[in-house]
Amino acid sequence: MSDRIFVSGNNAVARGAIQAGCKYFFGYPITPQSEIPEYMSRELPKIGGVFVQSESESGSIYMVYGGGLAGERIMTSTSSPGFSLMAEGISYLAETEIPAVIVNVMRMGPGIGTGGQGGQTDYLQVTKGCGHGGYRAIVLAPASCQEIFDLMQVAFFLADKYRTPVLLVTDFILGQMDEPIELRTLEFEPLPKKDWALTGKEKRGGNRAAHIAAFFTYGGVVNYHMKQIEKYKEIKKAEVRYETYMAEDCDLLIVAYGSSARIARGAVDMGRNKGLKLGLLRPITLWPFPAEQISQLSSKVQKVLVVEDSQGQLIEDVEASIKTSVPVHLLGMWARHNTGGGGIIHPERIIEEVEKINGK
Amino acid sequence: MENNVPDLKKITGRPKLRTDFPGMYCPGCHYGIIARLLCEVIEELGIEGKAIGLAGVGCSFGGMPLTIDVDWTSCPHGRAPAMATAIKRIHPDATVFTVQGDGDLGAIGLGCFMNALGRGENLTTVFLNNAVYGTTGGQMAPTTLLGMKTTTTPLGRELKTSGYPLHIPELAATMKGVSYSARCTVHTPANFQKARKALKIAFQKQLNGIGYSLVEFVSACPPGWGLNPLDCLDFISEKMLKEYPLGEFKNVDSLD
Ligand code: SF4
Repeated sequence: MSDRIFVSGNNAVARGAIQAGCKYFFGYPITPQSEIPEYMSRELPKIGGVFVQSESESGSIYMVYGGGLAGERIMTSTSSPGFSLMAEGISYLAETEIPAVIVNVMRMGPGIGTGGQGGQTDYLQVTKGCGHGGYRAIVLAPASCQEIFDLMQVAFFLADKYRTPVLLVTDFILGQMDEPIELRTLEFEPLPKKDWALTGKEKRGGNRAAHIAAFFTYGGVVNYHMKQIEKYKEIKKAEVRYETYMAEDCDLLIVAYGSSARIARGAVDMGRNKGLKLGLLRPITLWPFPAEQISQLSSKVQKVLVVEDSQGQLIEDVEASIKTSVPVHLLGMWARHNTGGGGIIHPERIIEEVEKINGK
Repeated sequence: MENNVPDLKKITGRPKLRTDFPGMYCPGCHYGIIARLLCEVIEELGIEGKAIGLAGVGCSFGGMPLTIDVDWTSCPHGRAPAMATAIKRIHPDATVFTVQGDGDLGAIGLGCFMNALGRGENLTTVFLNNAVYGTTGGQMAPTTLLGMKTTTTPLGRELKTSGYPLHIPELAATMKGVSYSARCTVHTPANFQKARKALKIAFQKQLNGIGYSLVEFVSACPPGWGLNPLDCLDFISEKMLKEYPLGEFKNVDSLD
């Protein structure tokens, strides 16, 4: 039997990465994710790994880029303002198809936002290609400490499998809360050797590896995009992840991800006790988005309610997924019980909204 | 048929590491000479199997990787030292070096570079100073001389609005994590030989595991300077070297 321990979501990020064989971490302090670099600085040297505290998130992402080119499993973590600084580097990772895992423990923005306050205000940024040039990165959105631990392993696998940056997003609530997790090792299919990695050419029998920008390659940047389009199709076909809860017979389907989905799940139970037929669909991959599944479920319900701790971002993808005229409602950050640092959307508030929508 | 050709002995030729890819530089550019020097020094030290190069944004971005037969990556503007940091930490036996121009290293990447020096990374940087942004069409660089005309200093660089030329090896020499810092040129045969020595010492420092080593090349950019290649040589002797004196600014065998 594997060990069970009690850890925070941030701790689960770090432990999940090490479980996946990541020995190199490059990061910069920012609230509310600093427990991740702190843990890595303590633990990686013990296993022969390397922790480097960079001078900025820009420094971190380019160390990650170098580390990915060197052929190792590498990662960094940050929070929203730092993620914006990393966006440029993620664009380069996408361009040269270098695997890397980047964790964004979101805090409410824009601008400096607030380190001590949750929020899901980076949805559009993480899902639409956060840097320049029009690329996609796989985005994983866990909703519990166990899922964070597991999806970190999935993230490294997918990054290597598709040679792509993989983003994992949590938030203040998920990062700071403690839950028991089982330290299990997930099994994955074997991956090809990284024969493209920079190691010095003697390790490749004298054949050098050279990574020069897409525009220097045959067919140039357009050719690069054509290749990516095919890759994205493959990812969309194989990697969509989502979870449903009581969605089979529901009248009103709630769509929520991450910490909001935990709260929405509580609201589904609460509503069912009151005779409200609520159900939940929780996207686990924000890209590729479970559009097909939302489309199918929404065709069987009377109403859809998107719950997200932002001004309304996830709702754009939900609306784009739905092919019928079923009404789509939004419950956003204004539904928090207060506007201060500790404000959250309570399940009771979701029920209140459902009743309002139902015209009670 | 009788062979009348006397026994020929090959006394020089293209370095083994110089690929077949044609040079991409303008006539009179010194980057091709510096690339040759890099090939020669890497061969002499026998490190071609371990060498990993990182080219910054500028005319060396594709030029160096395509013409020197070792492992390479091109890098985003100014970020080569951060990328090199990770590569060296992961492969400590590799010889990791960056080739960066004055805009790449001295402007957009100065913070990244200084922080790598501050950490005392065991890396080598070849800094190409031709006092202009060549690739983007001849704009002002941090190393542009006062009074020098560029496309963004049409009346000549003015102190009042654009500040002072930047002295990278002198600056690097003040950093504790630096083992070697020098400036050279390849604009005369004698200087080419001195540059070879400097470059060799710089790589040797890395092989000995001592901190960061840096060599600046004051280098010609005929289109950027609006001069023909021969006049560029005079411009280097008469103008560039007045502002940028040649020599070693630091050479230590251990860091304090
Ligand atoms: S623009 Fe200047 S630096 Fe660039 S290749 Fe031409 S001469 Fe060399």
